[in-house]
Amino acid sequence: MRDGSNTAGLIIDDREDGIFRVHRSVFVDRDIFELERTRIFDHCWLFAGHASEFPKPGDFVTRSVAGRPMILVHGEDGKIRALMNTCRHRGNLVCREHKGSGAEVFRCFYHGWIYNTRGELKGIPGEEAYSDAFDRDALGLEPAPRMHNYRGCIFVSFDAEIESFESYMGDALAVLGNTLDLGEMEFVDGQFKYSMRANWKLLVENSMDGYHAAYTHERFFSQWMPSEGLGLGYQPPPVPPRRDGAAASDTRRGTVPLGNGHVTTNYPTSDGRAAVSDGYLTKHAKEDLEQFRQGLVKRHGPDKARMVEGGAGNYLIFPNLMIIDGWRVFRTFYPSSPDYMEINGWACLPKEDAPALRKARLEWYLAFQGPGGFATPDDVEGLEGCQMGFATHKEVEWSDISRGMKGNLAGGPGELQMRVFWREWNARMTGSQHADYTGD
Amino acid sequence: MTTATAKVTREQVEDFLYAEADLLDNWQLNEWIALFDQERGSYFIPTTDAPDADPNKALFLIADDMPKLRSRVSQLLSGVAWAENPKSHTRHLVNNVRIAGMEDDALLVKANFVVFRMRFQNIDPYIGKYHYKLLPENGTFKILERRVVLDLEALRPHGKVSFIV
Repeated sequence: MRDGSNTAGLIIDDREDGIFRVHRSVFVDRDIFELERTRIFDHCWLFAGHASEFPKPGDFVTRSVAGRPMILVHGEDGKIRALMNTCRHRGNLVCREHKGSGAEVFRCFYHGWIYNTRGELKGIPGEEAYSDAFDRDALGLEPAPRMHNYRGCIFVSFDAEIESFESYMGDALAVLGNTLDLGEMEFVDGQFKYSMRANWKLLVENSMDGYHAAYTHERFFSQWMPSEGLGLGYQPPPVPPRRDGAAASDTRRGTVPLGNGHVTTNYPTSDGRAAVSDGYLTKHAKEDLEQFRQGLVKRHGPDKARMVEGGAGNYLIFPNLMIIDGWRVFRTFYPSSPDYMEINGWACLPKEDAPALRKARLEWYLAFQGPGGFATPDDVEGLEGCQMGFATHKEVEWSDISRGMKGNLAGGPGELQMRVFWREWNARMTGSQHADYTGD
Repeated sequence: MTTATAKVTREQVEDFLYAEADLLDNWQLNEWIALFDQERGSYFIPTTDAPDADPNKALFLIADDMPKLRSRVSQLLSGVAWAENPKSHTRHLVNNVRIAGMEDDALLVKANFVVFRMRFQNIDPYIGKYHYKLLPENGTFKILERRVVLDLEALRPHGKVSFIV
């Protein structure tokens, strides 16, 4: 058996014969999990939150990002910061609320050290006990080594030397921009905080898996959609532009590698493809929707307005930000062990929504998405079942992810999007910065 | 209190809630949904971080009107709601039942709950408070609104609310 330091041979990627396999030890092995922490999560740009969650000076949220307790705070100076939530003195959490507003300081209760909302250390009880060499100014709350605010989306990296955000994002930047062009986007109140007793990479695969939908989500498509008088609401798009040097076969079903492990199941196009929410929103908020669309056309012109509303299908910003554009779901998830992950989900919707349109968007969202929706619980069930199945990984060693290789898409949705993820994962786990090429 | 509430005793409310809990634990969901006002009934579970939110403006875990609740029940009994096939074992424990007042024709009732879900060797406790709006009718009640407020900080490790809490 391989040990954790040898990550060669975990993926079989045979482009010539059209076979792609993943060794199931990657879902259960603790050494591999520890390596993922150091080789992936320590060296990527990671999604931390959205500026609309803390809109005013003194507003903050706390959450764990790649296992680090962080404070995302809107400082008294108007700047947004991502600070490590640990006192520089002896380590206690300095902020122990999930969220708040109007904060003036963060005070560590252990010994009373006080930091302002810029993270500066402003008060030490009994400061005269320290020597001249003690440098209070150097003991502010430590910021994430890198932070980037892309149009309200806050990304951080724990690698101070990481490439620029734009370079990291590659062609995914334009796709994210398209998502955010729908309006002045905000994270709606009410966050999904849930979990799965499953490996985090299973949720990467599942979140952009077209093949499972008709089976796992049979109840959504065969019961709820018809009860609402709705069809599927969208047509498969024609061939979108090539990306990442992809062969034409990659793009037939709209799956496009975006570079650096990012990938979308549909590249946004202006061909008139309707948003998946179209049928529901038209039924429940027709007038508000028409008015909203007029605003969209006014801002972007008719072609781009269609591209923005139709969106990008489901896309991954490597390693763990999933955006499900048909609902404007933002979802991120971090493993705390090989067989358990914590998941955060948000609805990112336009502020300018009229009340009936907002209500209809939320209803559409809830019908499918989230721990109480008509679809997500079945994904949780399925992935937890995979994890249970992996107890046989010594006897049943490989998962197969070959669908659609060699351009064979006659049998429905392929699995290229997962291969893109796995190729980048494999490159990083074997010591490369990026995969040279993630397409088939 | 109006005359309508004066006629209602806590014991009547408790009997109703205990019978409801029994239906849920027995997966008698068609009988359970018959307890609702069939036109105006609703079933809400706010997210764990926004327990007081308005479902028209905020994301909820569950925000069902009657058409959606009927669909939920039909799905859960269909055999293709995989999250509940095989069905979880559940046990609803309801206590601290209080009549809190009236709102229009509806009796406002609060109760505490612990619901245990047993599934694949895991035991997940759902803990929180029920807020009911009950319409007194022929010595019993119709449910106008059933709002389930979880005390959990997150659905971890529960992962889902796939059954009726």
